[in-house]
Amino acid sequence: MAFPLLSLIVFLPAAGAGVLMCLRSDDAVRWTALVFTVLDLALAVAMLAAFDTTTHEMQFTETHPWVPAIGITYALGVDGISALFVFLTALLGWISVLASWVAIDRKVKEFMVSLLFMQALMLGVFCALDLFLFYVCWEAMLIPMYLIIGVWGGDGRVYAAFKFFLYTLAGSLLFLIGVIVLYFHGGETFDILALTAQDLPFRVQSWLFFAFLIAFAVKVPMVPVHTWLPDAHVQAPTAGSIILAGVLLKMGAYGFLRFSLPMLPEASVYFSPLMLALSALAIVYGGLLALAQDDLKKLVAYSSISHMGFVTMGIFALNLRGLEGGILQMFNHGVTTGALFLFVGLIYERTHSRSIADYGGLMKVAPVYTAFLALFTLSSMALPGTNSFVGELLVLSGGFAANLTVGAAAVLGALLSAAYLLGMYRKVALGPAIVAARYKIWDVNAREMAAIVPLAVFVLWVGLYPKPFLNVIDASVKHLLTQVHDKEGGQ
Amino acid sequence: MDPVISIRPLLAVAVAGLAALAVLLLNKREKLRDVVSPLAAVVMFAIVASMAPTVLSGGTVALRLFEILPGIDFAFRVDALGMVFATVSSLLWIVAAIYSIGYMRHLKEHAQTRFFACFATSLAAAVGGAFAANLFTLVIFYEVLSLVTYPLVYHHEDEAGWAGSRKYLVYLMGASKSVLLAALALTYHISGSLDFVPGGLLAKANASAALLTAVYFCYLFGFAKAAVMPMHAWLPAAMVAPTPVSALLHAVAVVKMGVFCVLRVVFHVFGTGLMSGLGLGIATAYLVSFTILMASIYALTRDDLKARLAYSTVSQLSYVVLGAVLLSPVAMVGGIIHIAAHAFSKITLFFCAGSIYCASGKRNISDMAGIGRRLPWTMGAFFVASLSMIGVPPTAGFVSKWYLTLGSVQAGEIAFLIVLLASSVLNAAYFLPVSYVAFFGGEGSEGLSRVREIPLVTVPLVATAILSVLMGIFPGYFLALAEGVVR
Repeated sequence: MAFPLLSLIVFLPAAGAGVLMCLRSDDAVRWTALVFTVLDLALAVAMLAAFDTTTHEMQFTETHPWVPAIGITYALGVDGISALFVFLTALLGWISVLASWVAIDRKVKEFMVSLLFMQALMLGVFCALDLFLFYVCWEAMLIPMYLIIGVWGGDGRVYAAFKFFLYTLAGSLLFLIGVIVLYFHGGETFDILALTAQDLPFRVQSWLFFAFLIAFAVKVPMVPVHTWLPDAHVQAPTAGSIILAGVLLKMGAYGFLRFSLPMLPEASVYFSPLMLALSALAIVYGGLLALAQDDLKKLVAYSSISHMGFVTMGIFALNLRGLEGGILQMFNHGVTTGALFLFVGLIYERTHSRSIADYGGLMKVAPVYTAFLALFTLSSMALPGTNSFVGELLVLSGGFAANLTVGAAAVLGALLSAAYLLGMYRKVALGPAIVAARYKIWDVNAREMAAIVPLAVFVLWVGLYPKPFLNVIDASVKHLLTQVHDKEGGQ
Repeated sequence: MDPVISIRPLLAVAVAGLAALAVLLLNKREKLRDVVSPLAAVVMFAIVASMAPTVLSGGTVALRLFEILPGIDFAFRVDALGMVFATVSSLLWIVAAIYSIGYMRHLKEHAQTRFFACFATSLAAAVGGAFAANLFTLVIFYEVLSLVTYPLVYHHEDEAGWAGSRKYLVYLMGASKSVLLAALALTYHISGSLDFVPGGLLAKANASAALLTAVYFCYLFGFAKAAVMPMHAWLPAAMVAPTPVSALLHAVAVVKMGVFCVLRVVFHVFGTGLMSGLGLGIATAYLVSFTILMASIYALTRDDLKARLAYSTVSQLSYVVLGAVLLSPVAMVGGIIHIAAHAFSKITLFFCAGSIYCASGKRNISDMAGIGRRLPWTMGAFFVASLSMIGVPPTAGFVSKWYLTLGSVQAGEIAFLIVLLASSVLNAAYFLPVSYVAFFGGEGSEGLSRVREIPLVTVPLVATAILSVLMGIFPGYFLALAEGVVR
């Protein structure tokens, strides 16, 4: 039997959580959590290093019977698309631990346990090849996230956590119905690959498409089911925001890629104009909302809606550039927005204010902080040379190929992002140092640098040399396209 | 001819980049810090010049670093057009670096380290753009240039500085994050590449005329640094910057980057064949003619010397574009060499404005009566550069205007001949009164008795005035390059 690398990656954080429960001192808890998440990242890197980029086949697969009576197996495996997100999840994992180092000062052990369980479940979602296993991880994620927001969040945490829970649960119930329908139509199996090979009638595809759409759209989130996001982000502690923005939002888009497109290709093609229109709406509307914010964290949160619109637009352009751009943009958004939330957290730890108006002139007192903030702000607005520009260029190129009007709307969104991000940076970093007069400000310390620098590296690496990242997804994306268009062309 | 593979294009960029780093590291040691920029400028010019023989003989120097996306590389290719821009920028950096030291020291400006670091980085970006082999590489340097000049514009950190720099960034970033982004994505969608191709990347493109026309205008307005109206308003706003910035960056590096990009699009993305086939040349010519005349009229009404110079720049930039879009070989040559001619003369004029400000604190032309008697070298240089702006022989401006007028006749477009002549009259109308007032204006405005030339400021401006005349007498180098582009 092959070495169960994926199981190790998925269960290592859970094991870490188990170890944490036996510890007493807060510092021991922090260091142990860090060690486990760093080890997990090392395993994910090893996985990527051994990853064969020439094939779209699932790799590192593991299959064990679980409930054979109803066709449930414990099956893990990754293709190019999921491998990239396993890596992203592991990357943000230890950064979340670092971001919580001093920000979380009560019930540290419980917090870290939730965080590590969360990570295990997220990795499970990306690795699962069994629909039942996928669904279990997908649903179970709600619990630690609910706790992270509801227990360690800001003043409005209970409301925000409840809203988050309700929205995602409502979406998930439709997903469950979809799963059951798939199970009976697809020969009573939960094997994702077997289900993908099925040829479902168009009517069934359409119904399933809408069931999945609602479930995934809530996660992405797409307008108009986005309203949980600003509350959840703003109330969540920094680590919660990083995970929400960095990984959780990607799960909706991952759902489209893993289920909607390959399993329901005719419906995906048929409804793609609708999806493109919804994406354009999210891009522009999210941008306008971000423009109106005077709360730093809300601004970043709303910008996520706009940027995730680019992702769904790329996916439903249903061409090579669009899809590769969309997936690359998922990764980029994880890195960049994760970093921005980290930065919001850092400044909040110093000022206990999130109001942009309180921050003016930060460059004078915290030059390193503002220099890196500039990098991530520019990355978020997709300046040429940064990671997001490569993704944006691909998405727009694919979007224009699919529909000129939708492409034009997306360009408007890009303009909006420049407006709110540059405006934010100017108000926060430049001008007279009013922030130093009100609060005690210190520049970033070594621990904080350790969290920032890796993210900065990815901003420039993907921006100037995205090839290794595109190589990972390339074969899988091309295969996905043939799945969509061959079946559709077969009609 | 196969391109010569060489690391020199990268070296030229790296020199300025490293200079910026050195300036930052030498923050506390002012004397040593101030030596870095002129030294780096000389080295950079030498590297650029070392590639000139290859380019003049019709070759190119290339360096491909790595692939970004299929069809898009991060790569340099030094050709004749890039050589014009790079020569002008690196040569004038030497002079401007010395001038900046004199200016900043004399006025005891704050944040000099930031100033010199950003200044050096701007040059790295300008030369990087000049040597870029494709739109992707070009746009990276284009945006870096926007960003690093931003702190130079808000340098004084007063209300005017914040307001001016805000407008600066809104225009430049707004244009590039909207129409330019759309143009790039559409070009990549249509052709699957962003490379500069002699004869035009899109020349054989399979796309509708309407779409190509839209893409073209997205480029024209997207490259807002070219300041084609209505995308010009950032340039007068940028005049809140210290004068060396206005001189080298907002008369040479930044604005020339704009027109350089437009020329790249005309020659190497669309190509002259497609331009005339779609009727884009003539449409653009009318558009920029409007800019030429309107900006000159604005300039007439400005009493602030730097503002007058800024509007004059807006007008003169459109000369470059006009020459290119007339699409006749002679006019194209005229447009290309006007990049150099305007650079030498306009930098002189800005240097003079800075010299006057350093020596007397005066900005408004109406306050400068009689100042020529106190600052004879400065105002003498100003007069020479004015003549070049108007296009009087034997100055540089005469050569480029000669080619432009001849070219518009060759293209059979008499309307633009009239535009050029009318504009020359306007140039005379807003430049000559400055010299007149300075030399023959009423006896002594008050407080001029202690005004005298500042050597470190005056020497560079005399040098650039001489350059303006030299280029008028020996235009061979730039003509040869320009003919290399048109060929």
